Amino acid sequence: MHNETASDRELLYEEQYKRAQKEQSFMRKLLRNKLAAFGFFVMIVLVFTAIFAPWIATHPPHQMDVTRTLLGPGEMGHLLGTDSYGRDTFSRIIYGARISLIVGVAAVVFGAVFGSLLGVISGYFGGKIDAIIMRIMDGMMAFPFILLAIVLMTVFGQGLMNVIFAIGIANIPGFARVVRGQVLSVKEADYIDVTRSLGAKNTRIIFHHVLPNSIAPLIVYATMAVAGAIISEASLSFLGLGVQPPTASWGSMLQEGKDYLVLNPELATISGLAILITVLSINLFGDGLRDALDPKMKI
Amino acid sequence: MGHPLLEVKQVKKHFPVKGTIPFVPSRQSVKAVDNVNFHVMPGETLGIVGESGCGKSTLARLINRLISPTEGEMNFKNKDLVSLSKRDLRTVRKNIQMVFQDPYASLDPRKRVGQLIEEPLVIHGVGDSVSRKRRVAELLEIVGLNPRYQNRYAHEFSGGQRQRINIARALTLNPELIICDEPVSALDVSVQAQVINLLKDLQKQFQLTYIFISHDLNVVRYMCDRIAVMYLGKIVEIGSYEEIYHSPKHPYTQALLSAIPVESPYENKERIILTGNVPSPIAPPPGCAFHERCPFVMDKCKTETPPLIETTEAHRASCHLIKKEEE
Ligand SMILES: Nc1ncnc2c1ncn2[C@@H]1O[C@H](COP(=O)(O)OP(=O)(O)OP(=O)(O)O)[C@@H](O)[C@H]1O
Ligand SMILES: [Mg+2]
Repeated sequence: MHNETASDRELLYEEQYKRAQKEQSFMRKLLRNKLAAFGFFVMIVLVFTAIFAPWIATHPPHQMDVTRTLLGPGEMGHLLGTDSYGRDTFSRIIYGARISLIVGVAAVVFGAVFGSLLGVISGYFGGKIDAIIMRIMDGMMAFPFILLAIVLMTVFGQGLMNVIFAIGIANIPGFARVVRGQVLSVKEADYIDVTRSLGAKNTRIIFHHVLPNSIAPLIVYATMAVAGAIISEASLSFLGLGVQPPTASWGSMLQEGKDYLVLNPELATISGLAILITVLSINLFGDGLRDALDPKMKI
Repeated sequence: MGHPLLEVKQVKKHFPVKGTIPFVPSRQSVKAVDNVNFHVMPGETLGIVGESGCGKSTLARLINRLISPTEGEMNFKNKDLVSLSKRDLRTVRKNIQMVFQDPYASLDPRKRVGQLIEEPLVIHGVGDSVSRKRRVAELLEIVGLNPRYQNRYAHEFSGGQRQRINIARALTLNPELIICDEPVSALDVSVQAQVINLLKDLQKQFQLTYIFISHDLNVVRYMCDRIAVMYLGKIVEIGSYEEIYHSPKHPYTQALLSAIPVESPYENKERIILTGNVPSPIAPPPGCAFHERCPFVMDKCKTETPPLIETTEAHRASCHLIKKEEE
């Protein structure tokens, strides 16, 4: 009886349906975009580099050698030369990827968790709570992002954990805003009223219906925020406010390299390029992600 | 005939209007529902009809307690709905379910259909996962959908099928009262009939009581035992289906009825064409709210609000003309 009713016929036939599903699968849409695919590829390489740094690096990253300072690329077995302390640039770049990724991801996760929580509370409950939370966020937003991070770093002091906290906190208002805006539109949807009329409590409505429907723009924003956090870490390290000195970070390498721009330009160039390529790839990937997550776009 | 399932007494809902000057509250309000009285008997279908904006959805949301009335009393099975505690409200809600106007917007796009139908059971902690799954399959079958579809998302279904899913969800907890807010007005005419027939079948099968909201008297005709006609937040006429259709007393009801297309070209029907627009619910005209558009307007109508007058048993209308006929 089921297979013959008029309403059933309106549905795609099982076979057709499965094929259509495959066609529109998320990964396919994403990778059909060449630039996003490139970004994705670079990100994968980066992640592997960070994980397997000890096996990829040719030298220990902190090993100094006063007899081999400021070598050019390829000299004396140093793939990309050495810095003013005689440390191997290639190995430091490889280890630097670790710092960049850890800070980028951890700071964004921190900012996303607390920012989203504040944004959801603000948008869902509205009224006074909303006004209070959002005014505080506006206050934080009033500082330029990097200035806020610098202020926090001077308060916390140097160190990897503190860099993550500082950049994470600076990320909170952005996430709060994005999530709040999304929640404001989602909570007006009929299905939210339906769920409430079924007797659901606010926590259920928020975690089962409001958040899942707000997540797509959040993911895109988070991807872009990782790129931003990597730049922030580099900037802080460049200013000497980042990770502790011997630790290899692209920002601190750039800072050391700037003193030898004439003598040994590779030093600054290579670390600058590492930052550039990483950030560019993440942003390209984020762009592709936004398009792929938009159900109305069928590339 | 026993006790009413639902009684609505003197219920008002006034939405405050944002003033034109910031931070200065305006004293005006939208009188979306204004002094509404009616009752619903167990097992019957009460139709509520009226033009767009007359407060039908607001009334539904009030009964469902999605919003609180400004004033008034509502009793469901002799329990006062207005003063219920949060917990009691949850239990009462098991018994009052709602099918919303827009079948597209009322299903969460990120959830599978099976999860959506199962949700009321999860919320109220009914049964274990296995028995809940069994219930979902059973419900899909009841509303005429293939149980195999429970792993699909709402956007993969047509409008009529989605409304069936909404109906299945409303049935999940075995409610006594289902409020249908224009359940078919977003659907194709051919699909409308299917959904209405389904609702009728379900009523017989599960002894359901319906409040059936529509702006279309034609649709209401197939469903309802009694009909209430709303105009600008008020009930202007209420009575049995026969009374309303065959001897409407209020000029507004007469106008609505005359707007239904005739069934054969030989049938002779006088059309009453309403002039003017529905007045603003912020500042309804004094006296009878309908007087500006009424073809039979008298001086009295412009100053005095007519009460709901009983014409025959269980048929009431609020119009000054009724008195005149009797005198
Ligand atoms: N939350 C609200 N705030 C302010 N005004 C509201 C609100 N909800 C409804 N109204 C107003 O109340 C009146 C009645 O609206 P309602 O949605 O109940 O009408 P309706 O009869 O269901 O119309 P439709 O046939 O278009 O669905 C309208 O004038 C509307 O603008
Ligand atoms: Mg409505």
